[in-house]
Amino acid sequence: MRRAYFKTSWIAAALVAPQLLIIFVFFYWPSAQAVYWAFTLEQPWGGGNTWVGLQNFRNILSDPYYWNSVRASFLFAFGSTALAMGMALILALFADRQLRGYKAYRLAVIWPYAIAAPAVGLAFRFIFAPGAGLFSYLNTLYPGLWDPSVSGTQALLMVTIAGAWKLVSYNFIFFLAALQSIPRSLTEAAAMDGASVMRRMRDIQLPLMAPTFFFILVINITDSFTDSFGIVDTLTGGGPARATDLMVYKIYSDGFRGFDYSGAAAQSIILMGLVIALTFVQFRYVERRVHYT
Amino acid sequence: MKPTLLFSAAALSVIAGAASAEPVKFEYWYGLTGDLGEVVLETCNRFNASQTDYEAVCVGQDGYEKAVQNTIAAFRANQHPTLLQSFDAGTADLMLSGEFYPVHQLMADQGITIDWADYFPGIANYYSASNGQFFSMPWNSSTPVYYYNTAHFADAGLTEAPLTWEGMEAAFVALKAAGHECPMAYAPSSWIDLEQFSMAHNIPVASNNNGYAGLDTELLFNTTLHVQHMENIKRWLDEGLLQLRTTAAGLSARDSFVQGECSIFFSSIADHNTVGKIAPPELGWDVQMIPTYEGVERHNTVVGGASLWVLSGKTDAEYAAAAAYLAFLATPAEQRFLLENSGYIPVTNAAFNELNASGFYSAPPFAGREIAITSLTWTPPTDLTRGIRLGGFIQIRAEWQAEVEAALSGQKTMAEALDTAAERGNAILARFAQTYEGKSFP
Repeated sequence: MRRAYFKTSWIAAALVAPQLLIIFVFFYWPSAQAVYWAFTLEQPWGGGNTWVGLQNFRNILSDPYYWNSVRASFLFAFGSTALAMGMALILALFADRQLRGYKAYRLAVIWPYAIAAPAVGLAFRFIFAPGAGLFSYLNTLYPGLWDPSVSGTQALLMVTIAGAWKLVSYNFIFFLAALQSIPRSLTEAAAMDGASVMRRMRDIQLPLMAPTFFFILVINITDSFTDSFGIVDTLTGGGPARATDLMVYKIYSDGFRGFDYSGAAAQSIILMGLVIALTFVQFRYVERRVHYT
Repeated sequence: MKPTLLFSAAALSVIAGAASAEPVKFEYWYGLTGDLGEVVLETCNRFNASQTDYEAVCVGQDGYEKAVQNTIAAFRANQHPTLLQSFDAGTADLMLSGEFYPVHQLMADQGITIDWADYFPGIANYYSASNGQFFSMPWNSSTPVYYYNTAHFADAGLTEAPLTWEGMEAAFVALKAAGHECPMAYAPSSWIDLEQFSMAHNIPVASNNNGYAGLDTELLFNTTLHVQHMENIKRWLDEGLLQLRTTAAGLSARDSFVQGECSIFFSSIADHNTVGKIAPPELGWDVQMIPTYEGVERHNTVVGGASLWVLSGKTDAEYAAAAAYLAFLATPAEQRFLLENSGYIPVTNAAFNELNASGFYSAPPFAGREIAITSLTWTPPTDLTRGIRLGGFIQIRAEWQAEVEAALSGQKTMAEALDTAAERGNAILARFAQTYEGKSFP
């Protein structure tokens, strides 16, 4: 393959410099600061800090409630990713079939992506309210069945559904684009050979969408680990009894609400390491099964 | 005031180099939101209209916690306001940082006379250093009470609102028997169930006189009457005498009360104003002091709410302006303005007596609020009822909350839950002491 390149490297450097500067200011510098704080005890109002080595990490990793939080984060991340990908795929397949009114429908599905996470949380608070929301019908049928303010499992389920709902539209855009980039001739040829709709999906469309699946998987998992704050904050506040105290929410509540900057910094480093590790695993083991066309 | 004016005018011309007609501006960041945020803004407008030397620039920060968080971030960038409205739980870090100008000192330096001895002791002790000098300015102050539905009480044959927990239990049973399915709407609150409960019973929350005497403090609430009280709450919940009503459950305790579903709920006296506004006119209700257990001598409760802190690193002109604003807020007329527009209580004897004399508390909508003053001034504060001064207090409250939630949902016993909360709270205190090694509260 032929590659185009600049002969003088300083032009290239000048062109990428603004981008690198932005990344440095908004990512590397704060991250470096967080790494430093993670090894100290930082006084919130300034006024100095003490070097404590690995103490912050030891405290966190020996805390059973932290592992509880890690577990909840994994359940949330994988649960909402699976739900969001599944739902988006079904919706995209339908939109691609060009059923009646699919244009309006395609637009409507994209909208939720523009809604801020706290607004999503508020909307779902109404839907899931055990006394007054849509789910209160469950309680009229079986009294006391649904109450996420007491049941940790239900609270986590609720947060997972809300998190998935927010991701569905993003995934939908990509899945629909992937479906539409599959040459019509392939599906038409299969149809002429007598392959049913389901058969064409399984043997032609889904395999050809594999690269998109992989991309969406990586993005969704990363997003679920790092961007669940708004939903948790408005829906459950981490409760009941820490059932929805996801890692990213715990960083917020310890660092910003509790003024424990160092503990929160150490948790951020752990979370960052975890997301990097997960992404690495996905590229190493999942991507091998993906065929790019 | 005259020397202040002269001084600030001089400072202004030297430091800012502005025209002499230009008022000195200072920033004030406050945490109150909604209607109460409007009241804060209104005090600023009133201050700005009352004189021409200074101009208060008041910025709402969407909640006490955010006000403190944002101020810390701004402080680190040297962009912080002169005045900050900070809540009780945020003060330990601020006190140890030393990055504030004690109001007592500020007023003395600015030549403004404030009768500090006139403040209610339950408020004065909370906001003053070990030498008895105020470090921050009391402003919006409250204390907890309970609200009860008078019609429901009449149905149940209850002629007066009980002052003991034994009496409360009897009232719950009577209300239930009279067909009121939710005698009390309950939401766990560390401020009411733990802190103010311990004050009223004169029992410790933590060692070192609740943290006042040093940083090497340990929590003691898992060894006191508090445990028995929380076990009672759990038992009452199981017996259906009280119901959990939290925002997460869809309807808050206050809304459950206002809609007539529940007969009793506990909250700050500050809610007196809100309940009066949102309750339907036919709802008869009143307030009473928080109960104590029989056989325990009742003590004073302490102040909640927030106080105003003057931060370090500002110019003398800005300090003069802030001092003038604080002095303005402390006048009886301005205290009255706050009280008429909120559910807060007066902070000085003079203001309270003046209000009483003018009949403020004898008619609705303000009648009943004097019960908060009765509660606050029941006894002179003891070493255990001065207040609570704990580092990492917000996290300790959160630990208490999470553990109590776990116990209420039956995951563990209340005693186990409180032991865990105390143990985890102690780790937070130890960490706080380590962060501020070698320092002590002023």
